Parts: sequence; structure tokens; C-alpha cells
Amino acid sequence: MDYFAQQLINGLVLGSIYGLIAIGYTMVYGIVGMINFAHGDIFMIGGFIALISFLLLVSLGLTAIPLILLLVLLVAMAVTALYGWTVERIAYRPLRHSFRLAPMLSAIGMSFVLTNYSQVAQGARVKPVPPIITGGYTLHEGAEGFAVRLSNMQIMVVSVTIVLLAMFTWLVSRTRLGRDMRACEQDQTMAALLGVDVDRTISMTFVIGAALASVAGMMYLLYYGQVDFFMGFVAGIKAFTAAVLGGIGSLPGAVLGGLAIGLIETFWSAYFSVEYKDVAAFSILIIVLIFMPTGLLGRPEVEKV
Amino acid sequence: MSGEPILSVDRLTMRFGGIIAVQDLSFAAERKKITALIGPNGAGKTTVFNCITGFYKPTGGAIRLNHDDGRQSALERLNDFRIAKQAKVARTFQNIRLFPGMTALENLMVAQHNTLMRASGFTFLGLIGVPTYRDAEKRAIALASDWLKRINLLDRADDAAGNLAYGDQRRLEIARAMCTEPALLCLDEPAAGLNARESAALSELLQSIRGELGTSILLIEHDMSVVMEISDHIVVMDHGVKIAQGTPREVRDDPKVIAAYLGTDEEEAAAVMEGGS
Repeated sequence: MDYFAQQLINGLVLGSIYGLIAIGYTMVYGIVGMINFAHGDIFMIGGFIALISFLLLVSLGLTAIPLILLLVLLVAMAVTALYGWTVERIAYRPLRHSFRLAPMLSAIGMSFVLTNYSQVAQGARVKPVPPIITGGYTLHEGAEGFAVRLSNMQIMVVSVTIVLLAMFTWLVSRTRLGRDMRACEQDQTMAALLGVDVDRTISMTFVIGAALASVAGMMYLLYYGQVDFFMGFVAGIKAFTAAVLGGIGSLPGAVLGGLAIGLIETFWSAYFSVEYKDVAAFSILIIVLIFMPTGLLGRPEVEKV
Repeated sequence: MSGEPILSVDRLTMRFGGIIAVQDLSFAAERKKITALIGPNGAGKTTVFNCITGFYKPTGGAIRLNHDDGRQSALERLNDFRIAKQAKVARTFQNIRLFPGMTALENLMVAQHNTLMRASGFTFLGLIGVPTYRDAEKRAIALASDWLKRINLLDRADDAAGNLAYGDQRRLEIARAMCTEPALLCLDEPAAGLNARESAALSELLQSIRGELGTSILLIEHDMSVVMEISDHIVVMDHGVKIAQGTPREVRDDPKVIAAYLGTDEEEAAAVMEGGS
């Protein structure tokens, strides 16, 4: 039972990171109907920006860890958002009225560009950081000497995720920008006729998606203590899977899918074998999609007139 | 206030390959009046609307919108969101194009995008909630509620627009277009699919928009009871050209119009006019 509880905690933490990335996929799909394959690499960029800004701040002589983390968070979000905006502007917008596959191919190309750019700029080696947030709580001391532990790091990942999701939900459901985004999602032509600048709204969607991915990148950096130029690929695919599993286009679905993938992966690793954890996650995806083609929370596709 | 018409269309031509959808069409829509564009199916009415609202770039001709302050917008050069933002033209479509997943209130709020955009200092001030933005948001909700009251949907404000009755959706669309605070409201068959009672309510709504708010309206409509009742001026099109214009009475009695609607060709119509054969 203790072992199970520990894995549950681990799975939820991993799932939170996937969920944050998955939101970017699902939002972009909802509004422009394309899969932004470069989103995983935006997540990787976010991790690097967090690392670089962390090292910069430390070298400037800052010592207060909470202040450093807050600044790192803000810098990572801002710079990565700029990357997201740029990618949309140069690789997707010119192709928006082209044939359907064009932006997708462009996205795959952009993914390679970002991966290789990071490899050239930052080197191919794994970049480690020392544990920044240490300590934690022992929740339960088991009879066989196994303790359920909840680290401060895990608490931070989950709470940052919850706060961001709350802010994001508020943004989408309550603000002018959120209304514009939903309007563009449902009928871009009509939104434009009502005076909404659709291109600008789409840009903002990419900016927000990239900002959330950068937070995931930062969490990844802190949690696993390392980043490398290739980490965006697998994480991106997993988060994309999470978005599809939850029902692509659905925001709560993305989070739910992220948690599901995180839990499946963790439990499979814990009880069966680590080597096959990805196989397990993707098999579950296939099974769910066979029985629920629109995902867990997706709506059936409505034919547009 | 200028005495110029709100909209002047001058020698508008729209060609699709070899097909001429609209040819040398000139007409004007008077300020604070309801102008109807009628004609048989395929006459080119919707093409004219699409040229006015930036969907098509006309092959030739000019479309001018004369604002109250003397400013003039060249509609044939604007497109996309600029039609609503700069030229202040709003339109509806033959089919209902509400945002079905958003509430009735939200639909009206989206239409106030530009007002709110200015107040929110282009998003960022709005997100941190500066007081001027909150006031603007409050005023936007007040305007939206006012419109919901006007179309008797105040109690359905928080229902998804897609769940409203057909006639309610039609009126909500017009309210939404009005929330952009347009100088010219273009309605493409607003009465399509409405029953007699709903048509009457629509006529009343349009008359109040013209009368109380002084908004100029241009409409395409097949329901002659609506057209004849509310129009101040009617332009009749057939095969892409204007065949008649005038008051409802003048148009109703015009033999060319009768011929166009009965499906005879122009030679026969001319013959009818001359009283021959």
C-alpha cells in the first residue's frame, strides 16, 4: 500500500508536467486545427532558458532561492513565449491558407530546427544542475521500513501546476482574450467580421502555450536536475498523446490526459518493467482511442458548414 | 452630419473567371434608412454583400462608406477585421453563424472586442485588471444586457447560443452585429426560416434599430411581407445588374420586376412594358 501511494505521488508529479505541455498542443489544435510538432522543442527551449537564467542569476550573486526561482520562472516564460511567437510568425502564419498538410510539415521542420539549434548553441552533453529545492516530508513509515515521502520539489511542481491551471482557466473563461480565442476556435470568419484580429489572437495562443511549456521545462529541470537538447522529442510526443487521450481541443482533457499518461507510465515502471513504460502508455492510448475515438473529454467532431 | 448616403456603390463589377456575377452595379443606401436588395435566386445579391464586407475583392468599381464625421472608407480595399474596426460595417449570413458553444452574453461580448481592446491597453493591462478596463468590461456587459433585454433573451443570457430556438438565434445574431456599434448593418436574409410571428418580431426589431438608434440598414430578403413593410428604398437585381429601384410601391408595380420574379426573360419583359404582344 505504501509503495502504491509513493508511486501515485510520483505519477501525479510527472503527469503535471505532461499536462502543462499538453495544453499547448490542445489549444493550438483547437484554434488553427494543426498539430504543433515543434511544441515539445519549445518545452526543451524553456528548460534551457530556465537553466541559463538560473546560472546567470547565481553568478550575479543572488542567493535567495525563492527569489531566484521566481525570476527564473518569469524570464523563462517571457523568453520562451517569444520563441513560440516567432515560430508561429515565420513557420505557420505564411502557410495558414495553404493546403492542410503544409503547416504540419513546417512544424516538423521547425522541431528539427529548434533541436539542432540547441545542440549547436548549447552542446550535445546533458546539462546538470545541483538539487536546488531539497527536503520533504515523510508521510508514512511502513512496517518493512519503506517510507512514503513527499519532497518539497514535488509539492512545488504540483502547486505551481495547479496555480497556473487556475489562472489559465480564468483567462480562457473570463477574459476578453479568452473569449476571442474561443470565438476564433468556433468561427474565424465570423470573429473577424466582429472586429477580432484573428492573426493576433492566434499569436497569443502560441505565446500562452509556449509560456506554459516553459514552466513545464523549468519544472523538469528542477525535478530531474538536468536538461539536454533532445528531451523535447519524447516529452513532446508524450504530451501530444496526453492531449489526444484527453480529447484534443479540450483543455481539461489535456490535463486529465497528462495525469493519466504520467500515472500509467509510473505504475507500469513500478510494477512491471521500466523498459516498456512507453509501450504501456501508447498501448493504453490506442485502446482508449479504439473505444472512445474522441478521447476522454472530447466532443464528437461537428461538421462545419 | 453630411447629407451624403451612408453607402455608395459605384459601377461595382465582380467576375469569377468567365462568369459575371455583378456588372456595373451602382446604388446608394441612405443614412438612417432601411435599404433592401432584392431579386430572384442567383441575381448576385450575396456577391454584392461579400464585396461590401471584404470577402471578395471586386473586379472593378468603388464601394464607399461615408461616416458621420465626414471620414470615408474605401470598402473594396479593406478586408478581414478591418471591415468592422475601421469601416464599422457589420453583417450577418444566410445561415446562422453564432458561436454555438459560447453563451448568448459571451457572443455579444466578443462583438465588443474593439472597445474592450482599447480599454485593456492591448491585453496586458486588462490581464492585471486596471480599473479603466474593469469599467469598460462593466459597460460592455451593460450594453450586452441591454440588447438581450431588447430581444427578450435576458433570462437566457448564460445559455449556450447553440441551444436557443431558431428565431431567438436569428435575433441574437442581429444583436451581436449591433454590439459592434456599426455605421451600417448588412443583413443577409434575416427572415429566412422564420414563421409569421417571428418575422413580425424581426420587422419590429429592425424598425427600432433604424428609428431609435438611427443605424442604417442594408438587407437582402426574400420574404416580401418583411421587405415591403420596413424598407424605405428597394434596389432590384437580376442577373447581376440593377433592373429597378424605388419605394416599395414603385418597385411592386414595376413590370420589369414582375417579369424577373415570374421568370420571363428581359425581351419579354420589355415587350410587357411596351404593352405589345
